[in-house]
Amino acid sequence: MNRPRAKSIPPKVWAGVVLLALALALLPFVAAFAGQAWVRILNFAMLYIMLALGLNIVVGFAGLLDLGYIAFYAVGAYIYALLASPHFGIHLPFWVILPLSAGIACAFGVLLGAPTLKLRGDYLAIVTLGFGEIIRIFLNNLNAPLNITNGPQGVNLIDPFRIGGFSFARPEVVLGVAFSGPQKYYYLLLLITIGVVMVNLRLQNSRLGRAWEAIREDEIAAKAMGINTRNVKLLAFAMGASFGGIAGAVFSATQQFVSPESFGLFESIIVLAMVVLGGMGNIPGVILGAILLTLLPEVLRYTMEPLQNALFGRVILDAETIRLLVFGVALVAIMLYRPAGLWPSAVRKRELEVKGGTA
Amino acid sequence: MSVNSAVLLAATSIGKRFGGVQALTDVSFSIERGEIYGLIGPNGAGKTSLFNVLTGIYSPDSGKFTFDGAPLDRLKPNQVAERGIARTFQNIRLFQNLSALENVMIGRHIRTHAGVFGAIFRDRRTLAEEAGIESRSYELLDYVGVANRANHLAKHLAYGDQRRLEIARALATEPKLLALDEPAAGMNATETKALKALLDDIRRDGTTILLIEHDMKLVMSICDRVLVLDYGKKIAEGSAAEVQSDPKVVAAYLGGEVTLNLRRA
Amino acid sequence: MDTFLQQIINGLTLGSVYALVALGYTMVYGIIGLINFAHGEVVMIGAMVSLSVITALLGAHVQLPSVLIILAGLIVAVLVCMTLAYGMEKIAYRPLRKAPRLAPLITAIGMSIILQNLALMIWGRNYLTFPTLIEPTPHNILGASMTDLQMLIVALAGLLMAGLVFIVQRTRLGMAMRATAQNPQVAGLMGIDINVVISAAFVIGAALAAVAGLMVMTYYGIAHYYMGFLLGLKAFTAAVLGGIGNLAGAMLGGILLGIIEALGAGYIGDVSNICGFPLLGDTLQEKCAANDGQLSLFGSNYQDVFAFFVLILVLIFRPSGLLGERVADRA
Repeated sequence: MNRPRAKSIPPKVWAGVVLLALALALLPFVAAFAGQAWVRILNFAMLYIMLALGLNIVVGFAGLLDLGYIAFYAVGAYIYALLASPHFGIHLPFWVILPLSAGIACAFGVLLGAPTLKLRGDYLAIVTLGFGEIIRIFLNNLNAPLNITNGPQGVNLIDPFRIGGFSFARPEVVLGVAFSGPQKYYYLLLLITIGVVMVNLRLQNSRLGRAWEAIREDEIAAKAMGINTRNVKLLAFAMGASFGGIAGAVFSATQQFVSPESFGLFESIIVLAMVVLGGMGNIPGVILGAILLTLLPEVLRYTMEPLQNALFGRVILDAETIRLLVFGVALVAIMLYRPAGLWPSAVRKRELEVKGGTA
Repeated sequence: MSVNSAVLLAATSIGKRFGGVQALTDVSFSIERGEIYGLIGPNGAGKTSLFNVLTGIYSPDSGKFTFDGAPLDRLKPNQVAERGIARTFQNIRLFQNLSALENVMIGRHIRTHAGVFGAIFRDRRTLAEEAGIESRSYELLDYVGVANRANHLAKHLAYGDQRRLEIARALATEPKLLALDEPAAGMNATETKALKALLDDIRRDGTTILLIEHDMKLVMSICDRVLVLDYGKKIAEGSAAEVQSDPKVVAAYLGGEVTLNLRRA
Repeated sequence: MDTFLQQIINGLTLGSVYALVALGYTMVYGIIGLINFAHGEVVMIGAMVSLSVITALLGAHVQLPSVLIILAGLIVAVLVCMTLAYGMEKIAYRPLRKAPRLAPLITAIGMSIILQNLALMIWGRNYLTFPTLIEPTPHNILGASMTDLQMLIVALAGLLMAGLVFIVQRTRLGMAMRATAQNPQVAGLMGIDINVVISAAFVIGAALAAVAGLMVMTYYGIAHYYMGFLLGLKAFTAAVLGGIGNLAGAMLGGILLGIIEALGAGYIGDVSNICGFPLLGDTLQEKCAANDGQLSLFGSNYQDVFAFFVLILVLIFRPSGLLGERVADRA
C-alpha cells in the first residue's frame, strides 16, 4: 500500500510556523529602522546560509573536507556577471542564467572530484584548497591578452534582478507600501533560501542521504554493503558545487559587482567554519552557524569600536581584525571543547515513527 | 543467469602475499547451494584474509573464484556485494552513530534505485520505494530479534544485539552467500544457541552461509562441511565429523605432532 | 630574457628555502599524520621577529658588523619560533591526537588565522622593507650571475639540512624520532617519551622555519603578515612531491619545486606565445605587431599556479611522491 511520509502536523507546530513566517516577512522593515545597511546584512546572511548548506552536503553529509568551496561560488557569480552586464554586451535574463551557473559549477565540481576523491582526507583538503586558489588566480589574470574576466577590477554594472520592467535595484511603492532595493532583494533571497533548505532536507532524508551518512561513518562497511562510494562521493561534490553556483549567481544579481577579491581562501574557511560551528550535517545548526558568523562582525563593529573609543579614546583594533582573531580562536576552541558544534547532530531526530514489527 | 549447478562458490588455488607474509597458499574449496560451510583454523591461519580476498578488499595474487557460474575477477567490494555476497566483520563495523533501523536501511541501498531527482522531488515511485525500504528493514530487524531496538543508535546496542544487527544489515542486500566473520565471538551459551537458531532460519530461507568461527561446538552442530586452514594452507576439508578427528587438524590446534593415546593405562 | 642557467640558479636559491620549510611539514606529518597548517605562519613570524630585532639594533646605532646584527636577529627569531611551536603543539594539537583527522586540521587552520592576525596587530597591514645589509654582489658563473646572498642562502640551507640529517641519524633523539615515525605505539612501549619526540619535531621544524623566514625576507627585501600562507602551501607541495614523511624527499622536493617554478615563470611567456599561430583575429594580430611579436596567454603572474598544479598532479598520479612516503603504521 502506498503510505505517504507526511504526518499530520499538530496545531502547535502550525502556530509556530505561521508566527515564523510572519516574523520573516516583517523582518526587513524592522531592520530598516536601524538602517538599510542592516537589510543588506540580512541578505548576506541568506547568501551565506545557501553556501553553508551547500558545503554541508560535502563536509557534513558525506564527510569530505573541501577547503576551496568558494571557487564554485566564484564560478556561479562570474557566469552571471559575464552574461548579464555591459562587459560582453550580453543581457540574458536571471532565470536563464541561474541553471547555467548551477550547471557549470556542477561541471567544475565533477572535474575536481573525479580524480581526487580517492585521496585521503587531509590530502583532499589541500587539493581542494589548491583548486580554489587556482580559480582565484585565473579570475584575477584572465584580462590579457583576451579580456575575459576584467582581472582585479572585476565586472561592474551587472544587471539587477528584474520582473518584467520592474527592477529590484530601485526603491518602489507596491500596494501603498514603500520597498527599498535591498528589501525587495530580501524577499527574493528568502524565497530561494527556503527552496535550498527544503532541497537539503529532502536530500538528507533519502536513499542518497543515507548512503552519504554510511560513507561518512564507515567507508569500508559502506562498500561492503554495495555502495559505489566513488560515485556517491562525486554526487556530493557535484551537488555542493551546484548550490555554490546558484548562490554565486544570486550574489552577482544582488551586489551588481563582482571581483576576485571576494573569492579567496578566507571566504572558503568562513563557510567551513559556519558548517563546523553549527554542527556538521545538522541543517538547522548550519543555518544557525551561518547567521551567527554573518552577524558577528557587524555586532563587533557596533560594539567594539565605540567601546574602545570610550575606554582609550581611539580604536586600537579595528573590528575586522578582532573578527578574524575571534574567528581563529573560535575554530580552535570548538575543536577542543565542542567538536560536534553548537547544535550537535544528536539532537536532530529523524522523523521515523516507531512501528511495531510486521512479521 | 545462474548456472543451475549445486556449487555456488568455487575457489581455485587462491594465493595472497602481504609484504613478507604468505597469507594464503593454493587454497581451493567449493561451497554448495544451501549449505552452511565452516572455515576454521588457529589464529593467523588466513581465515579473514580469505574473506577479504573473496569480498574484493584485496585481489588474489593467484587463483580465482567462481560465484554462481561467473568469475569474480578483480571486482571491487561494492561490486561483489552487488553480485550477491554479503559479509559481516570480525570486529563489527556497524554505522555507530546511526540507528539500528538506518543501518539496515542502508543495506537495502543496492537493491533500490532512487537518485538525486527522486530525493528532491519525492515522486510516487520514490515514496513507494522508501516505504518498502522501511518496512523491509523492520522485517529484518524482527527476523534477527532486535526489532524493539529499532531507533536506538547502533553504538548503544548490547554486544550480542550488535552482532545480530550486522547480520540483518547483510541480509538486507539480498545475498546469495552470507559470509559471517566470527558471529559468535564474545557470546555466551544462550546467545550462541539463539544465533544457531537464526543461522538455521537463514539457511532454511534459501541463503547459503560461509562461517568463520572459533566456537567448535557451534561449528560442529551447524556446519554441513568445514574447511580447515593452517598457515595459509588448506589442511582438511570435509564434514564436521571427519574434520574433527583428522590428526592434522588436531595437531594444528594443539601444535606439533600429537599421538592420540586412547589406550587406558 | 634570462638564460636557462640563470633560472636554475634562481630556482636553487628559492628551492633551498622551500626545502627548509618542507622539512618542518614532513617531520610533523611523518610522526603524527597532521598537516601543520600554521607552519607557514611560523616562517612569517620568524621573518617579522628578526626584522624587528635588526631594525631595533640598527635604529639604536649599535656598532656591530652587519653579520652579527643579522645573527642576533636570527637567534631571537629562532628562539621565539621554537617557543611558539612548542606552545601550539601543547595547547592545540596534543589534546586532539586521538580525534578524527578533521579536528586537528581545523584547529591548525584556526591557529594559522590567529597567528596571521596577531602579526597584523603587532606589525600592521603594510609591507615592511628589509634594509639591505648584504650587498648583492653578483658573481659570474658560466654566463649566469649568482649573488653573494644567493650563495649564502644555498650554503646555509645546505648546512642546516646536513645538521638535521646528523641529528636524525646519529643521535638518540633522532633514533627516537625515527622509531616513533614508524610505529608510535611500539616506540612508546619501548620507553620512548612520545610527547618529547613530537615536541622535538615541532620545535626543530620551527627553528628551520625561522631561518627560512629570514632568508626569504633578505632575498625579496620585504616582509608582510600574509607572506607565510603561500610560502607554506608551496613548501607543503614540495614535501608531498618528494614523499611525505621522508626527509630526503622534502629536501629534494623543495629544490625541485623551486627550479620548476623558476623555469616555469621564466619560460611560460615564450611557451604560451600565441603570435606564431596562423588563425589569429585582427585585433590580436595588431597587438602582436605592437608588442614585438610577443603576446602570451600566460605570464609570470601565473607563477603561483605552478606549485598548485604540481601538487594536484602529484597527488593524483603519484601520491607517495618521488622518493616514497614514510608515515606511521596506523594499526
